[in-house]
Amino acid sequence: MRHLFQNPVLRWLMRNPIWGFVLIVFIFFSLSSDHFFDARNFQNILVQTSTIGLIALGMTLVMINGNIDLSVGATLALAAAFAVDVQSWAMFATWGNWQILPAVCLALLVGIAMGAINGFIVWKTGVDAFIVTLGAMLGIRGLVFVYTGEQSFYAMNFAYSDFSAFSVGPLPVLALIFLLCVLAVHWLLSRTVHGRNTYAVGGNREAAVNAGIRVGPHMMINFMIIGFLAALSGVLLSTQMGAATPNLGRDYELWVITAVVLGGTKLTGGKGDIIGTLGGVLAIGILRNGMNLMQVPAFYVYVILGSILIAVLFLDKRFNTSTDGGLRL
Amino acid sequence: MTRLKAGGPAIAKQGILVAFIVFMIAFSLMSDRFLSADNIMSVFRQSAIIGVMAIGVTIVVIGGNLDLSVGSMLSFATVLVVDLHDKIGPELAIPVMVLATLCLGAINGFLIGILRLNSLIVTLGMLSAIQGLVLIYSGGQNVDIVDQRGTWFAIFGRGAVFGIATPIIIFGALALIFHVIMTTMPFGRRVHAVGGNPTASVFSGIPRSRVVFMTYLISALCVAIAAIILGSRVMGSQNNVGQGYELQVLAAVILGGTSLLGGSGSILRTVLGVLMLAFIQNGLILMGQPYYTQWLVTWAVIIVAVWLDVAAKRGRLFSPIA
Amino acid sequence: MSDAQQPALRLQGIVKTFPGVRALDGVDFEVMPGEVHALLGENGAGKSTLMKVLAGMYQPDDGKIIIAGRPVRMTTPIEAKAEGVVLIHQELSLVPEMSAAENIYLGELPRRSFGRVDWKTLEERSNTILKRLKCSFRSEVTVANLSIANQQMVEIARALTVDARVVVFDEPTASLTDAEKVVLFDIINDLKAQGVGIVYISHRMDEIFTLSDRITVLRDGAYRGTLTTAHTNEDEVTRLMIGRSLDLSRDEAAPTFGKTMLEVRNMGCPGLYKDISFSVREGEVVGFYGLVGAGRTEIAETLFGLRKPASGEIRVDGEPVEIASPRDAIALGISLVPENRKEQGLVLQMNCRDNMTLPQVQDLTAGPFVSQGAELAIFDQYRDRLAIKTPSWKQPVGVLSGGNQQKIVIGKWLSMQPRVLIVDEPTRGIDVGSKSEIHQLLRELAGQGYAVIVISSEMPEVLRVSDRIVAMYHGRIMREFGIHEVTEDSLVQAISGIRVDEPA
Repeated sequence: MRHLFQNPVLRWLMRNPIWGFVLIVFIFFSLSSDHFFDARNFQNILVQTSTIGLIALGMTLVMINGNIDLSVGATLALAAAFAVDVQSWAMFATWGNWQILPAVCLALLVGIAMGAINGFIVWKTGVDAFIVTLGAMLGIRGLVFVYTGEQSFYAMNFAYSDFSAFSVGPLPVLALIFLLCVLAVHWLLSRTVHGRNTYAVGGNREAAVNAGIRVGPHMMINFMIIGFLAALSGVLLSTQMGAATPNLGRDYELWVITAVVLGGTKLTGGKGDIIGTLGGVLAIGILRNGMNLMQVPAFYVYVILGSILIAVLFLDKRFNTSTDGGLRL
Repeated sequence: MTRLKAGGPAIAKQGILVAFIVFMIAFSLMSDRFLSADNIMSVFRQSAIIGVMAIGVTIVVIGGNLDLSVGSMLSFATVLVVDLHDKIGPELAIPVMVLATLCLGAINGFLIGILRLNSLIVTLGMLSAIQGLVLIYSGGQNVDIVDQRGTWFAIFGRGAVFGIATPIIIFGALALIFHVIMTTMPFGRRVHAVGGNPTASVFSGIPRSRVVFMTYLISALCVAIAAIILGSRVMGSQNNVGQGYELQVLAAVILGGTSLLGGSGSILRTVLGVLMLAFIQNGLILMGQPYYTQWLVTWAVIIVAVWLDVAAKRGRLFSPIA
Repeated sequence: MSDAQQPALRLQGIVKTFPGVRALDGVDFEVMPGEVHALLGENGAGKSTLMKVLAGMYQPDDGKIIIAGRPVRMTTPIEAKAEGVVLIHQELSLVPEMSAAENIYLGELPRRSFGRVDWKTLEERSNTILKRLKCSFRSEVTVANLSIANQQMVEIARALTVDARVVVFDEPTASLTDAEKVVLFDIINDLKAQGVGIVYISHRMDEIFTLSDRITVLRDGAYRGTLTTAHTNEDEVTRLMIGRSLDLSRDEAAPTFGKTMLEVRNMGCPGLYKDISFSVREGEVVGFYGLVGAGRTEIAETLFGLRKPASGEIRVDGEPVEIASPRDAIALGISLVPENRKEQGLVLQMNCRDNMTLPQVQDLTAGPFVSQGAELAIFDQYRDRLAIKTPSWKQPVGVLSGGNQQKIVIGKWLSMQPRVLIVDEPTRGIDVGSKSEIHQLLRELAGQGYAVIVISSEMPEVLRVSDRIVAMYHGRIMREFGIHEVTEDSLVQAISGIRVDEPA
């Protein structure tokens, strides 16, 4: 523990206050619940976090771009419906366990396609992403209902619903997939040209345009990435449930945005990173898990999360107001 | 419909009206019942709750902010008024509920108007927090009114005056009142100014914080009124009854041509947006389509409507960004 | 074809119109390789439009752009950069959360496989450029953490990533210290020695005369002539710029001053201004002259209740007052026509009438409603008095010309019947015609007994409208001049921080 208190760590915590919060709730629940500090529970937290977490990775990109995507919950449901339904199509009947493969691929493609539609509309029409994806949120949910006819689909292939029970070493496979995606998106954002341009587009759109970054296609790619991640999240969620319900993923967009904002990403764009977002989703995950273990009714989580979100905004404002130079506007 | 015509030339310029008429003609050709007085009245009645909330949200948006908390605020208000109805009687339940809802609006107004926090995030947080409050208050149970026949509370959702359903009257009256306030009173002018250019408003001596604060109070008031209609109609309430309303309301406001950037928008056009969504829903159902097809149509309508609006402002159809 | 005789860049007959404005009207301009060519003109003369045409941000409606003997069409800044034309913006166009290196190579980051950024190359190259600019910081630092001057250096460094033929500097010294200026001039001379053509835009005559080889002057969007620096002087340049010798003529009827309307004593605000004392009488125009950042606007904002002074006293009509908000200021009869008309003065999508009556809309009522009649009466009165050109009061202010917009703002505050009228940069970015109308108006207002404060960065303006001039430097009042004792030299010295013993 000694190295924790050396300066670089403290300085790092100052820049990523959400991790300080994660640490505090972690210690708090470790002390106050007997069941919290337990390897099996940690696995639970990671699995529970992965659903929101995967989407939050994509949302980080989209929000750094200065956009937002409200349609992710619906996309998740659509992908889950495809993943569960397609494997029972007659044409794959003889494929055995391989029938899962086209189903999952199609589901992921559907997710990418939904993102592409959003991105393309934002690019070509110049309508604000908030409005475009608000429309898509209703519309894609409509697609889910059209496709499912308001029915839930159940996975007939047990290999599908068993998937989520696998572990690789100590890590449940769902957690592993999530962590791999965290690494991949972190790499994308911090190491690649596309990732760096993501900051440029969100930080100073005009400068990015002038520097020859093709802002439209760039934003479309990020919408496709979040579509893919939402679909992946939907597939994984449906393996956990062994089913896909038409109302799956409702309100997820709110949780995801909460997590990303907690992680320090700015709504106005140009600022944020995956480390912060990971902290944001873990904070929510640990809070929900811990309060569940302490048998606090789930209702309180809503109140606490809402309050934390507003508090973070307030503190951020308090500590980062140097721009107006004392002008009383 | 004559009330809408009174808005005259201001509305005539709007593409939304053209779209509205096109939809009305299309649906009336495809279904005989669509234009019947009964059907129109029932659409009006059904749109009253969304409509009343949309009035408040329009004012918030004109003031340059967003309110996503109206959905869970509606749950809160409805559960409260229904629950209190049997405990302290409707004549007390209503004022208590209205006050409590106004307090929530005041919290929004304080955080956004006075502390100047981002309205999207604040109301998102409030959405979550208020939903939690409702669940805590109700213990996760749904509430209902036991004596549904014997209470005068039924008048708001189920009653009628001169043959017109009360929700329609309430919706119409509120729309008219707030339209007049927004277009002809100093307060309306100030909301437009603050939404259009907050800095210039302060430089013109307008108390920006107070104006924004007031817009959230109005929004909360509208939610409280919507909750009275809803509670009275259902005579009970699920504890998440308002879930998702915030987005339908926002969709109607956007469809009505109110800019999310603030400074421009109109209550009457929002009413048109609300009615348009309601008629699309109704028309599709009359045509034998399942109710959720309306969401697909809404998707297309919202994007095309806003697109044309944006395109008209920049003078070219497609965005110039490469 | 040797580069020596051929201009690096040549513009012929460039025309650019915007709705209602002919921003550029047949402008000719050329830069030879290894030449510093200064471009001069008042605000609104078309310099920045010309530069945007050069940088590919605007398309000219007519005329030719010829680079190294080849006519070109540049539709984006990238194409311009590929042609070797680089614009260094006056407003910083940096991405604050990215490193200096990333900003220098924005849009053209060196790549490795899988779309990875080649950080090593990036940092090597950027550090080389920064070293060449004698910058003390490394390329890895985040731009948001740099001072404004260093951010400017990053902006300049961008121009050096390509083999530039022409580099355009748009007011590059506005935010630089003297030491940094020296470095900048070295860089410019360096580029010049390498045969790069430099276009240098600045308001500061001294810089232009030390740096440039030739000077081209624009006025009202039209080409007014090119002078060789070695064979001209400031007077000739000024004449070209404003179309006459500095016209200091003014209504010489001896003004009559009434009682002291506004008095400020020892007012201070840490970091902004210090020890400010002055007074304004009825019927008097007091001009505040100084460089941008001298603290003049901040004083105006304080008087209008937008800032809280740390010390000192304000008296209006002899009474000590506390001004905590613009509403207080308005109640005391203080009006402020702010510096930035579009951001602070107007609600652009609102119509002309509503903008004009905005500060008093709650008082113009008939019952609970805004009285249309009263509003229109005010609008009509000031439209006529200020000769505002608009087809109707329903016009959104955003579509009016700059001059008419400014008159709406002035009308808005005149209609409040102020006792003290403060105008901050009243003629910034508006055409010459409206400019002189506004000057005349300010004199008239004083004649009618208003106490007027005019803040301006343009010397001809303060000289023309003021009865007294307060010269500021770095948050302090350096000297106060009566209009008859002021000379250009003494004024320039005062605002540059040079103290001269005041005449007894």
